[in-house]
Amino acid sequence: MKYLIPLLLALACVPLLSPPDYFIHLGVTVLLTAVAGTGWAMMGRYGLVSFGHGAFLGIGAYTMALLWNMAGLTPWIGIPIAVALAALVGVMLGYPCFRLKVVGHYFALVTLAAGEIVRILITALRDYTGGSLGMTPDRVPPEQGLLAMQFDKAGFWWLALLAWAGGLLAWWLLDRSMASKALAAISEDEDAAASIGIRVTREKLRVTLISTALAALAGTLMAQYRMYLNPESLAGLGISLQIVFGAIAGGMYAPLGPTVGAIITIGLEEVLRIAFGTEFTGGAPFIYGILLVLFMIYLPRGIVGIVERKRRSAAAPLGLPAVAK
Amino acid sequence: MNGTLELNGIHAGYGDFQALFGIGLRVEPGEAVGVVGPNGAGKTTLLRVISGLIRPTSGNLHFGGQDLATTPAHLLPSLGIAHVPENRRLFPHLTVEENLKVGAYSPSARAHFAERRDRVYDLFPKMKQRRHQLAGTMSGGEQQMCAIGRALMCAPRILLLDEPSAGLAPIVVQQVFDLVRRIREEGLTVLIVEQNVAQVLRVVDRAYVLETGRVAAEGRSAELVADPAIRRSYLGGH
Amino acid sequence: MDPFLLEALVNGILLGGVFALPALGLNLVFGVVDVVWLCYAELVMVGMYAVWFLYTQLGWPLWLAFAACLPVVSLLGILLHQLVVRPLLSAPPINQVLATGGVLFLLQGAMTLIFRTDFRSLGVDMPPMEVGEIFVSGTKLAAFCAALVGAGILWAFLKYTYVGTAIRAIARDREVMPLMGVNPLRIYLIASAVGGALAGLAACLLVVQLDVHPFVGLSFGPITFMICVMGGLGNMLGGFLAAFIMGIIVSVGGFWGSTEFSYVVAFAFFIVTIFARPRGLFAR
Repeated sequence: MKYLIPLLLALACVPLLSPPDYFIHLGVTVLLTAVAGTGWAMMGRYGLVSFGHGAFLGIGAYTMALLWNMAGLTPWIGIPIAVALAALVGVMLGYPCFRLKVVGHYFALVTLAAGEIVRILITALRDYTGGSLGMTPDRVPPEQGLLAMQFDKAGFWWLALLAWAGGLLAWWLLDRSMASKALAAISEDEDAAASIGIRVTREKLRVTLISTALAALAGTLMAQYRMYLNPESLAGLGISLQIVFGAIAGGMYAPLGPTVGAIITIGLEEVLRIAFGTEFTGGAPFIYGILLVLFMIYLPRGIVGIVERKRRSAAAPLGLPAVAK
Repeated sequence: MNGTLELNGIHAGYGDFQALFGIGLRVEPGEAVGVVGPNGAGKTTLLRVISGLIRPTSGNLHFGGQDLATTPAHLLPSLGIAHVPENRRLFPHLTVEENLKVGAYSPSARAHFAERRDRVYDLFPKMKQRRHQLAGTMSGGEQQMCAIGRALMCAPRILLLDEPSAGLAPIVVQQVFDLVRRIREEGLTVLIVEQNVAQVLRVVDRAYVLETGRVAAEGRSAELVADPAIRRSYLGGH
Repeated sequence: MDPFLLEALVNGILLGGVFALPALGLNLVFGVVDVVWLCYAELVMVGMYAVWFLYTQLGWPLWLAFAACLPVVSLLGILLHQLVVRPLLSAPPINQVLATGGVLFLLQGAMTLIFRTDFRSLGVDMPPMEVGEIFVSGTKLAAFCAALVGAGILWAFLKYTYVGTAIRAIARDREVMPLMGVNPLRIYLIASAVGGALAGLAACLLVVQLDVHPFVGLSFGPITFMICVMGGLGNMLGGFLAAFIMGIIVSVGGFWGSTEFSYVVAFAFFIVTIFARPRGLFAR
């Protein structure tokens, strides 16, 4: 945590050096992907593996965009509403799951179904959402840009940075709280945790709330930054698995893991795009796929997980898993 | 290939937990041998080592001259080793006959399926009546019969029985030991693990007493029954 | 009864037959190996490409292309097991699922690289048949019959062969299998091969009804998973019945609203089912 504040300040100064637009674009994309991945990992690391987190990007993004296009409500207000709505949906879905002990494979597949429902709903409501063709938020003249959250890349850099810092702060606060220990106990053995007085459903709901809210926040900012929404990139199994992949590749047990994962996934995509152009469409998922398999077999804790373990085993020769400070 | 089972200096356990400390044991062809002892003495572990479900960390074990420590577990039934596990472990959702069929899975046993099944039905006529019943719906004693029948399907030379009387009503326990006696009469070698010491000593020729993973005593059944220490610990002290 | 509703109902049953095959394959693999193949629909997709390629590009007769598709996808199932699942047999379930999710990307990517994203059509169709007041698509009816035959062969295999009986046994008790002379790793491999072959058969039946493209798996993959969960993961009979329930919901839902709407109803029905019966409709 102590390196994080200087890092944030340094990153905040980046736009002042007027770097190329492309660099800022990559940075914003990485940061927002990292926010979604961080959100996913908040649940994932406690064994609540969601294959439907794309849905929350979608609910957030479309709520915000529809409020703007149809009611003229600025994203500054639209985003909090959209995030709250997405988190509410998350909790409404989570509550019966947790009460009825839908866990493991079953939980993953329920979330998968939920993600698909959202994707199909967005497509089916094409009169409002544009269906699979996607939609664009209405543009405003540049002088009203600030009010409508339509501004240059630097502005989004700061917004994305803020969201990313928010995600890390949430992670840090959760780690410091008793909730983290309760959740760890729940993921070990739910019945045992309940028997020592941990309120399983409540703890799970709380982390679901944070997780889905972060995903929705990432979704709204992505949409607003791109000024374009479509169901494939903001809901459904494909994007949901990409979020999971990023978080896993980086390491879902460390706060910076999903961020490292976002750098890897976005970096990989860009390298492949530049190296092969459109000739190599499909190259990126192909290589993702191989990497995901290799990560699962050889590095299930992700890249950051390996680095952390090395550091810990140097610091704590007893090899006990250090509890996060 | 004389079918002697021989264990020397067997150490074994689960992960960091060691359950057996240098066990030596020998079963001659045609013998019935018991392994008795309190809960947690390592009796079940011993059988699991013999049938290859757990690998010993040191020591050697042979059956009929074949080194079992390096033989994959699933090849042991073809060598003539059949293991009736603790709690029977039938496939409850398969019929009695299908359970027998799984018992005859080894290539060498498949060719003789019909003939061996009929032999099992001769031995346990009740199983013939229930051949199409789901195994899980039978009583404990019937399930034990089915489990023994399933083990017999590979035409074993030695039968390993793990707590055949566990969880059964006293009268059924009596029936199960009668079964064991009949199997002996068929000429089968039997190694039986039991907590019901009084009963098992009536069936076997010799027995080993296991305590905390070590052989605490061994001898002929009659000698053990007469041993005051054994009487005190296992036979109710009379 | 309204003939159009009746037609929707009949189509739902026919659709259920096609859903049933991948559901059987997934449940077989899950029941035996205890791993969910998240890329199952993508195995089907590869099979669809195989048929399309052999038939339209190499000019093979259709029946031969179908016959070749089964071993190809079966081999893919074997490779998936040996290269991806087997190293992870003792890993946490979620790692296993995610690794097969990696294969999902891999196969989508590979097919995009080879065949690009164009929609490919086989261009074969059978004339519709008029039965009483309703029309039934000949292609769908043929696919349905083939699915039933496939399911019947699977049933006979599981019921009457030693390996099939061992497969049913291992689904309940893995640890005791070596005592029966069964090598579990071999059974896993056989189940994976059979699971792959079922995906291959499903591919043959789908390729005559749907255009192939690298993401076609996403259109029927999710509903296949839901069918399996509704029937109870690993419960093959349950999955088989659930496939028909889902087929009817999708088809009749489409009769009252749009196709998309019908999928929303089907998925919502799935979620409600799981809340009502968390271990599947047919859990004992």
